[in-house]
Amino acid sequence: MSTAIARALNDGLRSLLAEHEKVMLIGEDVGRLGGVFRVTDGLQQEFGEMRVVDSPLGEAGIVGSAIGLAMAGYRPVCEIQFDGFVFPAMNQIITQLAKYRHRSEGMVSLPVVIRIPFGGGIGAIEHHSESPEAYFAHTAGLRVVCPSSAQEAFDLIRLAVQSEDPVVFLEPKHNYWLKGDVDQHATPLPLGAAKVVRPGHDLTLVTYGALVPTALTVADEAALDGRSVEVIDLRSLSPIDDATILASVERTGRLVVAHEASSTAGLGAEIIARVQDALFYSMAAPGIRVTGYDTPYPASRLERDWLPGVDRMLDAIDRSFAY
Amino acid sequence: MTMLNPETAEVALDDEILTFLGPDGVLHRETTLGGDLFAMYRDMVLSRRVDTEAIALQRQGELGLWPSMLGQEGAQVGAGRALRSQDIAFPTYREHAVAWCRGVDPVQLLGLFRGTTLGGWNPRENNFNLYTLVIGAQTLHAVGYAMGIVRDGDVGTGDPDRDRAVLVFLGDGALSEGETNEAFVWAAAQNLPIVFFCQNNQWAISAPYSVQSRVPVAQRAQGFGFRGVRVDGNDVVASHAATVDALDRARSGKGPTLIEAITYRRNPHTTSDDDGRYRAAAMTEQWSALDPIVRLRTHLEDSGVDANFFAEVAAEEELLAERVRFGCRALAEPDPASPFLHTFATMPAELERQLAAHLEFVAAGEESSS
Repeated sequence: MSTAIARALNDGLRSLLAEHEKVMLIGEDVGRLGGVFRVTDGLQQEFGEMRVVDSPLGEAGIVGSAIGLAMAGYRPVCEIQFDGFVFPAMNQIITQLAKYRHRSEGMVSLPVVIRIPFGGGIGAIEHHSESPEAYFAHTAGLRVVCPSSAQEAFDLIRLAVQSEDPVVFLEPKHNYWLKGDVDQHATPLPLGAAKVVRPGHDLTLVTYGALVPTALTVADEAALDGRSVEVIDLRSLSPIDDATILASVERTGRLVVAHEASSTAGLGAEIIARVQDALFYSMAAPGIRVTGYDTPYPASRLERDWLPGVDRMLDAIDRSFAY
Repeated sequence: MTMLNPETAEVALDDEILTFLGPDGVLHRETTLGGDLFAMYRDMVLSRRVDTEAIALQRQGELGLWPSMLGQEGAQVGAGRALRSQDIAFPTYREHAVAWCRGVDPVQLLGLFRGTTLGGWNPRENNFNLYTLVIGAQTLHAVGYAMGIVRDGDVGTGDPDRDRAVLVFLGDGALSEGETNEAFVWAAAQNLPIVFFCQNNQWAISAPYSVQSRVPVAQRAQGFGFRGVRVDGNDVVASHAATVDALDRARSGKGPTLIEAITYRRNPHTTSDDDGRYRAAAMTEQWSALDPIVRLRTHLEDSGVDANFFAEVAAEEELLAERVRFGCRALAEPDPASPFLHTFATMPAELERQLAAHLEFVAAGEESSS
């Protein structure tokens, strides 16, 4: 059955609420409205106001109270309404949530999930198209995951809520309505694993979230030029599944990493650094990044060319082969 | 509505403030505490001794830092002894006497300040959360915990062994933090079983209370829609009575209370601070005359308590001091692997690689220095 990503998330959350009585949803407009993207649609009706909580308007409060709920034995799933509004909660996320297992010397874990619709390309106004993943990936103690398809959305939200670690769960809002088949009973890859979504042997293209379908198009286009591109869906932005990436680049010798987030100190830099450290002598070309620029996210009339798209990724592949 | 004079730094004690035991040691109201007064005296004396020893240990280089609670024992023991075992406390980093009341070993308090740990005790063992250094952050954790208590159905059942509440500590500086104000909003809107216990010790490092606000602490609660009460924080009996009442209300489903315990931070902010740069010694001396321990001792002496009691506490104090001094130096050095072990529930491959490299590096250093 073909299901949209938003619906697959809804199905995943519903199954979790049904299976575990301690699972709760908490966020602005998640209950009565069902979330501004309807990801939590109908869940308050089904599970009640005590488990699907319309919070006061305050992101620090959402994450801070989720920490307290987790200390009390609950498994709260927070919703931050948009990527650009997570920053009031950063103190709670970085100084409290991420560190508590370490501070308590492993005695207390905080299984809190923070869902954040993220990324651009939707013609939105300011603060609604951000890619804040590097802040989270840089913070020790947080898992950061990002689904790219309906199946991954269903699998990853379930794995995230079942994880004992805090998880920042980035939802590719550009593709909320992208449909795909979902097998709710399939055994998923583990939470921290990357996935080869298209095998190839000439170049490895690593990306995540909304850019995965774009990368698959890029691989189709490159094939017309006789270049076989292997596409890896990162799935987990922290920790990074080095083994899957290294195994691929060891074979292809070429690496392109694409993300919407700005380039400097981003995931692309990290992945390329790890690959060159491990595979310096087996690489035919240096790793290349295709990213958003080091500017604030632009006004929406400019975003189409600002974002990494098919053409910029193909250009990067050309550059790689030019070495 | 009370407006404070912005020209004066200090919050004066006045008629609106709940008082039982005056500075002269005279009980102005009836209390049913009876024999508990002895235990409170003992708690205050012994926890003060922990504080005194910790300062000395810092001076000797055994601790990196110590935030002294001198003068705040009345507020802390009063509040700490109001808790039932099933209640939970969320401290700042200065609640040494509350930790004492909760049964946390004082030596365990020192690890954080000696640099052997970032925590030091199991927060679930005594229902006493780890110290929180980021001002106000714990108020939201307390709110979330109280939401959990509501969902567990442990409010308003009338069963004294079941109903629970949260007691969260904060200082006057924390009132200016956004997170504290969010906590007040959440607690009020959801009528949570929570008591905010604000020790207004009148100084946020160098900033007097007038920098934070023009209204008394307790008055803030009104704007959020719950009770605020003012109490003489150097009066252990009043602090206890106000907290018992507020916790009873919280456990029975009557919602939050903000208690303002008016007291004074008689020592610098921490051992690293120099309070001579921002306040007059005369004011500290004035508050020394309002000492919470002296007034209870005066009361007990005037009530004809056997002098042996004070001698016994004094002897216990010496044993405790020795145990703290010895225990501090005996705190185990942390394992270089420990940060790696507890960052995630299961260690990611990259962290395993970093751990192996780090341990190799540490071992090489040990070899070359031996």
